[in-house]
Amino acid sequence: MRKIIGIILLIIIAWGIITSLQEMPFGTSRAKVADHYINKGREETGAANIVTSVVVGYRSLDTLGEVTVLFLAAIGLGAVLATIKRKEDRDTEKASLILSTGCRFLFPPILLFGAYIFIHGHLTPGGGFQGGAIIASAFVLMYLGCHEEKKINETGSIISESLGGLVFVVIGLIGLTIGTRYFLNNFLPKGEFNTLLSAGIIPIIYIAIGFKVGAELSKIIDLLMEES
Amino acid sequence: MSFLHNYIYYIGAFGLIFIGLFIMIAKRNYIKVIIGLSILETGVNLFLIAVGYISNGTAPIFSKAGIEAENMVDPVPQALVLTAIVIGLAVLGLVLSLAIRLYKHYGTLNLQEIKEQRW
Repeated sequence: MRKIIGIILLIIIAWGIITSLQEMPFGTSRAKVADHYINKGREETGAANIVTSVVVGYRSLDTLGEVTVLFLAAIGLGAVLATIKRKEDRDTEKASLILSTGCRFLFPPILLFGAYIFIHGHLTPGGGFQGGAIIASAFVLMYLGCHEEKKINETGSIISESLGGLVFVVIGLIGLTIGTRYFLNNFLPKGEFNTLLSAGIIPIIYIAIGFKVGAELSKIIDLLMEES
Repeated sequence: MSFLHNYIYYIGAFGLIFIGLFIMIAKRNYIKVIIGLSILETGVNLFLIAVGYISNGTAPIFSKAGIEAENMVDPVPQALVLTAIVIGLAVLGLVLSLAIRLYKHYGTLNLQEIKEQRW
């Protein structure tokens, strides 16, 4: 019965989408705002990666909201799981020597790669969110593969998360006092185009986002691993 | 044939969306519903990227000198999807934590057996 209702519902939705998609040609034109971002983005934000200049330059207020949503999801997860009684003894099989050595060997390069991704966010594909996710994946590897019971340092995680958010907001507030005076104003010099020290506040904000996202996602993984 | 060539990305994206929606409507296991949610989200992300595509376009990055601004794909949907993926990951974690709570409380993940969740 549920399946029949579901199929009927999907057929109705599909019919509506097919009729509306025929008005929408594929791969022909950009929106006007995208033309402005692509043609003027280099001078206005100084970032070589236009996606970064949209995320942290033109739309950085939305990014602040998105970081807040991520923070709220992490808090919600902690609140949902906090009331459950912890399991003390789990009879787990210990990882083999090859697995634990390999994971201990791979852990620092993965962290380094994550840091590279978010430091070069304004030049190459990547940025704070992707770099943070890579750092969290290093912690997944540590939880799954390492020999002894290792845990993330809770104070370190809290400090890097709070510091990341604080740097983002404080840099935005400094923009209120300098130059054209709006929130998250790019007040630092743009520098030479397509070099590491360019694009004003964009690399600083992306580094802060990288720390924040990495700490939050590893905290989520830590909470979920404790329960399972 | 030209219809298929023009709309293959839309067809793929909406195929994923419909598969995800059908799983969420028809399946009774909570974990399978979460998998359907994840598939649906992937389809939506693919659709947004396909909307911004330009034929023979390049990534919107001025990494070398000779890259033309004319051929670049739309950067706005890409920025949207970039944020949507991270939010999707956080929502997935939240939903999985709710699944853990549900299992601890009722001892089952079958939505038919949980009285308040039946429809």
